[in-house]
Amino acid sequence: MFNSYEENTLQYYPEKCINCLMCTQVCPHGVFTEGEKHVELTRPELCMECGACAGNCPVQAIEVQSGVGCAWAMINAALKGKDMDSEASCCGEDGCCQ
Amino acid sequence: MDNTSDTGSCCPSDSKEDTGQFIQMIGLDKNVPAPEIREITSLITFNDRLDHFLARWGVNRMRHIVEPGIYKLGNPDADSPVFVSANYTLSFDALRSSLAGIDCYILVIDTKGINVWCAAGKGTFGTDEIIYRIRWSGLAKFVNHRNLILPQLGAPGVSAHEVKRKSGFKVEYGPVRAQDLPEYLKNHMATTEMRKVRFTFRDRLVLTPIEFIHVIKPTLIATIILYLLSGPFAAFLAVVAAFAGTVLFPVLMPYLPAHDLSIKGIILGWLVALPFGISLAANNTMFLWKEMLSLIAMFLIVPAVTGYLALNFTGCTTYTSRTGVKKEIFRYVPYMALTAGTGLLCLLVLAVAHLKEMI
Repeated sequence: MFNSYEENTLQYYPEKCINCLMCTQVCPHGVFTEGEKHVELTRPELCMECGACAGNCPVQAIEVQSGVGCAWAMINAALKGKDMDSEASCCGEDGCCQ
Repeated sequence: MDNTSDTGSCCPSDSKEDTGQFIQMIGLDKNVPAPEIREITSLITFNDRLDHFLARWGVNRMRHIVEPGIYKLGNPDADSPVFVSANYTLSFDALRSSLAGIDCYILVIDTKGINVWCAAGKGTFGTDEIIYRIRWSGLAKFVNHRNLILPQLGAPGVSAHEVKRKSGFKVEYGPVRAQDLPEYLKNHMATTEMRKVRFTFRDRLVLTPIEFIHVIKPTLIATIILYLLSGPFAAFLAVVAAFAGTVLFPVLMPYLPAHDLSIKGIILGWLVALPFGISLAANNTMFLWKEMLSLIAMFLIVPAVTGYLALNFTGCTTYTSRTGVKKEIFRYVPYMALTAGTGLLCLLVLAVAHLKEMI
């Protein structure tokens, strides 16, 4: 109830993992932890879809639809007739990023 | 530490031809001379602090820029570490001030004056820009190793294996916070805590000025309209609602119930409206229907405003996913619009009644 963040687009294919641990190094939320033969997806609900893990996985064992989790940018894009998924930007003179 | 080792690499190196084509594609003219290496210190001066203050308050938003290029801190030699930073003064200064007493190079890439985290999200702190700057700066000519230390929060825009493949430089992700670098550099290992992003009271507090600046203009307009429609009480409430949504909300965020930011904001709105509601209810000089209508308007508009401002804070937080934010938008924005619209209708009825009395 009142938690929109329980689900996300993170997909992990452990059979592809080569245990390089790159995902454990780049994830700022500890979503992945070191395992015996491959990395373990421990806290998937904490994923903020930044895409760091997928982009740095050398064997494409991780997939995620990364993007800007910024309502201001998404609503702004929608109001301008742009795609709120791919064309949202929160940077610039009147942006919200610092 | 062996800076030339490459554990976990599964990618063959590009041929010189491929790399040459890539460099041509990203527009690097081979005839352009390498930039000079600039000297910097780890000292943060009064002017630097002033620049940080102005950046936090949104003054000249896109002008807090560091010239892209190679900088040397202390007396680095060919074996000294190379750090990569965004060309935003706050990012660059956080890095250099954390490296006091460490001889090193800093490769500043062009992120258009945007911080590491946001630039990585946009892709300007990205693979191509890093490869371009490695070539452009002639970095390979003055260091013996092939190792770059990047801020961990730059990872969303960077593909470490692609950088390695196209430039020969291995990417090593340092800790989230620059202040942890001295500890990290002892063995080039980050603890679990160093790898985790935080969102402390201070982190949230420094974001409040820019949040408030963003809503000054609409708040001013709303204040004038509400003053004309309902008088000073409603006008003051507009300012309070804007302040609550942009300053109180970030500060109180972890202590407000529910997970969704919109709900937290709506609850805060109710709490903020409560003392005003009590003082209005205690006013015996008003007709009952007017009092009721005023209370309904207040408890509909204020939570809608604070809820919406809270929802807009998602871009500043360190944990909201795009999927979740999208859900929040579709779940709560219609409710906010409906309640705010109904509240405004109540105010309009009150304003018409007030005008009739005057005539």
